[in-house]
Amino acid sequence: MKHNFMLLTVVSAVMSTQVVASDAKVPVNLPESKPGQYVHQAPTIDDLMADESVHPELRKVILKGYDLFMNTQQLRGEYVFNDMSCKTCHMGEGRMNWSGPVWPAATTLPDYRGKNKHVNSLEERIAGCFAYSMNGQPPAYGSDDMLALTAYHQWLAKSAPVYEKNISGRGFSHLGKQIPDDISYAKGEAVYAANCAICHGNDGAGQKKDGKVVFPPLWGDGAYNWGAGLTRVFTAASFIKNNMPLSKPGSLSDNDAWQVAWYINSQERPQDPRYTGDARATREQFIDFHKHTRYGTDVNGKVLGQHDNTGEKPFLKPSNLKPRTFE
Amino acid sequence: MLQRNGRLTLVGALLFSSALQAQGVAADGRQVVMQGDGSGAPCMACHGMDGAGNNAASFPRLAGLDADYIAKQMRDYNAGTRISAIMQPNVDNLSEQQILDVAAYYAEQAVPAAQAATGNEELLALGEKLANRGDWDQYIPACESCHGPDNQGVGSTFPGIAGQHGNYIRQQLHAWRSGARHNDPNQLMTGVAERLTEQQIEAVAAYLGSRQAVAAEGEQ
Repeated sequence: MKHNFMLLTVVSAVMSTQVVASDAKVPVNLPESKPGQYVHQAPTIDDLMADESVHPELRKVILKGYDLFMNTQQLRGEYVFNDMSCKTCHMGEGRMNWSGPVWPAATTLPDYRGKNKHVNSLEERIAGCFAYSMNGQPPAYGSDDMLALTAYHQWLAKSAPVYEKNISGRGFSHLGKQIPDDISYAKGEAVYAANCAICHGNDGAGQKKDGKVVFPPLWGDGAYNWGAGLTRVFTAASFIKNNMPLSKPGSLSDNDAWQVAWYINSQERPQDPRYTGDARATREQFIDFHKHTRYGTDVNGKVLGQHDNTGEKPFLKPSNLKPRTFE
Repeated sequence: MLQRNGRLTLVGALLFSSALQAQGVAADGRQVVMQGDGSGAPCMACHGMDGAGNNAASFPRLAGLDADYIAKQMRDYNAGTRISAIMQPNVDNLSEQQILDVAAYYAEQAVPAAQAATGNEELLALGEKLANRGDWDQYIPACESCHGPDNQGVGSTFPGIAGQHGNYIRQQLHAWRSGARHNDPNQLMTGVAERLTEQQIEAVAAYLGSRQAVAAEGEQ
């Protein structure tokens, strides 16, 4: 009897949630978790402030990491050479499922990464974001900045199971990797004009106010470089589907998300730090990655990425991006 | 003589640019603000000649807002995408040029000094958090992610809301929720407004209302 009552309560609670969702003029349409997946609820900064078990010195370091994460532009010209911050892609303070939550890096690494074909630490994973997405030079391993960033990641991972890989809302791949057959630059351009240009601009350069980035650039010198994960069309499509336009997740059709991701990633951007001097050859050398990008291919009469432009960054490859073997 | 030439050049430049895009003339706007559109109350009756508005009556501050933003709101009242029984009859006889002129006039008025904060510290702290960090667990991004640093506005689409009257902010958030106001491009404001609780609306209105506004052009 008691069981039945509880079941009834659960059913009616679920139903009332759905009624509310369908009544909303702008619903939050995020994917459902798959059965058996671990669903994490990352703690907030308020939780951190209220947790008396955290040593005050550690709290200070985590808060420093949070501050660097939210405003990575404070490292502009030192470690960051474009208009991006960590939060630009990892929305909702890096906590949100379906927005590239960053805590899984703290629970699944060290692990082998296909991108650089060796076992990566959490620091090295963060270094990748600096080298590619922020078109920069990673802070030194073991440095105060790196410690602060890793401390924030680990705080967000609180209570999550270590090495669990079946994680709900992780990464940007829920639309799969197969680009639709009807993909077209013109279709993507139309989706962009209707949904994205008002914030990111017709030229994709984003918008600043008083020198501060408000809407990030999507291509050009201020954007992520040709080695960033978002240059993969499938990554951008899933990011867009579940995060854009801001406050309207899931509002674009899957196909529109693909089309506009294709359009955005058909534009020029700073050079891939792994560039060998020839974009086609670089594409072939890193084909596991670049088979998902348009880099080194002919787009509108030009080979994308065939240039020496590294944006604001006065070098091509960060010195601390290195291969690693245990042979 | 030199000064004269400079002025002539300036006039020439203005003529040239107005050929490309219609420009508001603040001096002409001043007349409309005093006289109204011929069939209703003059703008100054509620918004003041200085554009300071009135918090108690929920009349918004217009001083220092972006001119294109102000102009669009008047057009939207006439188009029915922003519904107000007070505003619509007072702007429905304005010509496009008069709309531009009124917008230019109010945009160049000096922003008033910040008002004393209303509400207790706890409420203001909640408002500050929503304005600058949001409430992502309810999928509410921070106000500043569109309204810009310190919520002083970005371009002609995202108005400055820092230093706007709290009562007006509360009223508008309710208008977004009810649909009385639906002139947001891409419905960028609607979803956020309908996810806010009443307490969050109170908090963000109190916090933003207590901030010092900065003119859209940053010249104040």
